[in-house]
Amino acid sequence: MSLLGIVIPYWGQSLLRVLGGTVAVLLPAGTIVYLFLFKMMSFMQSRLGPMEAGPYGSMQLFAEVGKWLQKEDIIPERADRTIFKVAPLIVLVSTFLLVAVVPFGPDAYFTNFDAGVFYMLAVSSVSVLGILVAGWASANKYSLLGGLRAAGQLIAYELPMVLAVIGVVIQAGTMNLQLIVNEQNAGSMFGWDGLGNPYILTQFVGFGVFMIAVQAELTQTPFDMPIAESELVSGYMTEYSGFRFLIFFIAEFATAGVFALIASVLFLGGWGVPFSWFSWHSIADVDDWMNVVGPLIMFTKMMALVFVIMWVRFTYPRFREDQLQRFAWKALIPISLLNIMVTAILKVAF
Amino acid sequence: MSADTMLGDRQKLAYIAAQAADARLNVELETEGMTLNIGPQHPATHGTLRIVCRLDGEQVVWAEPSAGYMHRGYEKLTEVRTFPQVTTLVNRIDWLGSFANEVPFILASEKLMGIEAPPRAQHIRTILFELSRIANVGLFLGDLAVQMGAVTPVFMAFRDREYVLNLIEGATGGRFHPNFDRIGGLKDDLPKGWIDETRQVMRKLRGFCDEMETLVFGNEIFQMRTRGIGVIPKEIALQYGLSGANLRASGVDYDLRRDQRLPMAWDKVDWKVWTHPDADSWARCWVRLMETRESTLIVERLLDTMPAGPVMAKVPRIIKVPEGEAFVATENPLGEMGYYVISKNDLGPFRVKIRSASFNNISVVPWVLRGVLVPDIITILASLYFILGDIDR
Amino acid sequence: MSPLSSDTTTDAPIAELPGDALRERAVDQLRSALGDALIDTLVKPGDDMWVRVRTDAWREAGLALRDVLGMDFFCFLSAIDWMPSPYGRGEDDPTQPPVERETAIIPGYSGGETRFQMLARVNNTALHFGVNIKCDIPDDDLTVQSWIPVYAGANWHEREAHEMFGIGFAGHPNLINIYLPSGFEGYPLRKDFPLLARHVKPWPGIVDVEPLPGEPADEAEATDAAAEEKS
Repeated sequence: MSLLGIVIPYWGQSLLRVLGGTVAVLLPAGTIVYLFLFKMMSFMQSRLGPMEAGPYGSMQLFAEVGKWLQKEDIIPERADRTIFKVAPLIVLVSTFLLVAVVPFGPDAYFTNFDAGVFYMLAVSSVSVLGILVAGWASANKYSLLGGLRAAGQLIAYELPMVLAVIGVVIQAGTMNLQLIVNEQNAGSMFGWDGLGNPYILTQFVGFGVFMIAVQAELTQTPFDMPIAESELVSGYMTEYSGFRFLIFFIAEFATAGVFALIASVLFLGGWGVPFSWFSWHSIADVDDWMNVVGPLIMFTKMMALVFVIMWVRFTYPRFREDQLQRFAWKALIPISLLNIMVTAILKVAF
Repeated sequence: MSADTMLGDRQKLAYIAAQAADARLNVELETEGMTLNIGPQHPATHGTLRIVCRLDGEQVVWAEPSAGYMHRGYEKLTEVRTFPQVTTLVNRIDWLGSFANEVPFILASEKLMGIEAPPRAQHIRTILFELSRIANVGLFLGDLAVQMGAVTPVFMAFRDREYVLNLIEGATGGRFHPNFDRIGGLKDDLPKGWIDETRQVMRKLRGFCDEMETLVFGNEIFQMRTRGIGVIPKEIALQYGLSGANLRASGVDYDLRRDQRLPMAWDKVDWKVWTHPDADSWARCWVRLMETRESTLIVERLLDTMPAGPVMAKVPRIIKVPEGEAFVATENPLGEMGYYVISKNDLGPFRVKIRSASFNNISVVPWVLRGVLVPDIITILASLYFILGDIDR
Repeated sequence: MSPLSSDTTTDAPIAELPGDALRERAVDQLRSALGDALIDTLVKPGDDMWVRVRTDAWREAGLALRDVLGMDFFCFLSAIDWMPSPYGRGEDDPTQPPVERETAIIPGYSGGETRFQMLARVNNTALHFGVNIKCDIPDDDLTVQSWIPVYAGANWHEREAHEMFGIGFAGHPNLINIYLPSGFEGYPLRKDFPLLARHVKPWPGIVDVEPLPGEPADEAEATDAAAEEKS
């Protein structure tokens, strides 16, 4: 494999992949935390947010990381020690696994998986285990309640997510994420290829359901019953402090970033702009500079989607868990099933 | 916004019957429940209130509040204070609307002494009373949202409450504990420019109320969380002595500002009493929103009709209240607050019984929390709205 | 000592206030419901009314108030200790000999014969008036009937009266402390229970303050005594 004319040995490629994966997870997390959690939330609440650490508070994230790292590692006496320690890592690991299938450019990907969508949906369920186990191992009634609520909620919202994505798969005809990007950017709508064929326009129902399901998978308000700060203090995260809480914190925003990346791949055309702008016809035609610009484009699209997620988070009150379950089972799943039917019919008809 | 009710009488009775049936069923099945302590350290309670709940899954089988973490012994303390000193003490019962706590005590002492404050003092007292109501209930509206999970409205509530606190500070010198009422009138007259600034602030606060109405009350999730939750029928509310917005939200048209003749200025202006037939959490919150808006209108009208004159009647230097007993209750932000003052022609009172609103409001909690889910506990407590200092005195 | 009479009395100096038909009718209704259990009444026209009932008719009086007079709103329930405090107002100088104080128990409106009295207030939300009701509690048996069958909200108020005064309530399902920790010794709102803050440290008004730097101690005492006389 050659990047910009230099031949890179296999071990170099692996190293680059690991570094790239870490950056792909942590850079969005950091940017989201600073831009949206510190600044956008503050502006919405008519205050300024952190201003002291660095110019306009930009170093606040590093200050926070340093603060958490130097805190005492407290484990409750009656907690299950091994599982208590492992639970946050399970949640973070699922994020790293998720980003492995996301393509960032025509050649800038970690793996070119033919069953990318299938893998992505399967791996995103691993974090549920981490949350449930964290709640149970904490030996705290509030954590237990939070963990149980999380288990119910996250499993319930897996289904709408899966069903929403199936519509995209039907329309693209493939489960390979790179090929889905290809289909969107090389495609055309009713013969006009000025905008490519971003699936957000035809799969708008699927997009809506997917974003709602993502909001619930991230346990963001209005679906943050597992955390529910005013009732359960911090839900399953109550007993975690210091470094372990930092891992949960990073995992929350990193997962938000990664889900937004996946949503931009599935619905917004991924790393590409419509190929017709540069008169390319498929991925093989795409120039090499796209490998550098592609990640930037992905980053922008991810930021836009996370903006919407965070905006909703800071505005709405939260559902009660039975209302939440009712919403998933009685509203989202039927809508997404309908979406699949209509997509399949239209795909065959046209 | 009209009082849109969603519950018929049969529905309300059915809801109560279902709650009771569920509680009975849990006891019959004898499953081992979990005992959960909400508080005393908890983000949801406005202070150190502890509620011990026995849960069956997410449903409450019984709940018992355990008050007294903040008991300061006010009734014993008043016995060693002189009459003017009691005002300082009593400010701190309901600390969000503190001027309102001084007023019933001062009125009771004035009744015993047989003096009445001059008209200008009565007007200003009423204006400061309504300002303390706006400050108190304005915070409630934001706090209500944050109990539900919406983190933004509470900041707007704090921001707009600052305007009112600035006004109170401008007139009295103290934001939280003005200590401004004196037997026979007020400590001082209003500063220059205060009336114009108050008019502007009242306009701003009406904007805030509209904002809360669309942002919080118009939100579908908020409505789903509060409609039909925690229904307290009229008879139960009266039996437990619920007062203020809690009582009016159960459909009882009872407002102490209108229903008794006090030497205050409420009967000099036109205003409306808001009630709601539903008696659920939504109704309690909605009535408070309407009352806040109504208070801004009352303040503006009182400013228009402010008489000139002295702010202090002729009272002796050393105040000795003649022998007698008096009870005066006013419509405080939290409910009905009253002082039963017994004096024996001494420098200080012989016994003061403080009837605080939140004590009665929270005594209904064991009844209303049977059979509700854990998130609804927070909703119901938020809608009943209490201040710990008011429960624990 | 006010005489035991059932006449409506008023101690307002100006006697030309018209009668208070609403409250006088309430008194008549109560008398016909309770008979001679109603010991004394006082009506201040246009202002307020007090009634006193016999101890064993406490619950019966409550039921009469609720059912016959229509007093549906339960305001509060508490007690009064009529004994003057042996500690005065807590301003005793510990270095001086103890002050002689009055110890006579003088009750207030609508009379009374014992040291402790129950005090409750109920309102009528339709007619907008309230009734203050009292009853004596005999010194040898500090118990009255519980008002819970009359007004459910009396539960907490009776718990508070129990822990503050030591009054028992017959028929209360759960008479435990509400404010004070369980096992608290003594009954704080009784007048012979000292306010400990004033015993641990004397009242600041009698103690000399620190002299200003440069001033001898007794000059400071003289200025303090003068300041105290002025206030």
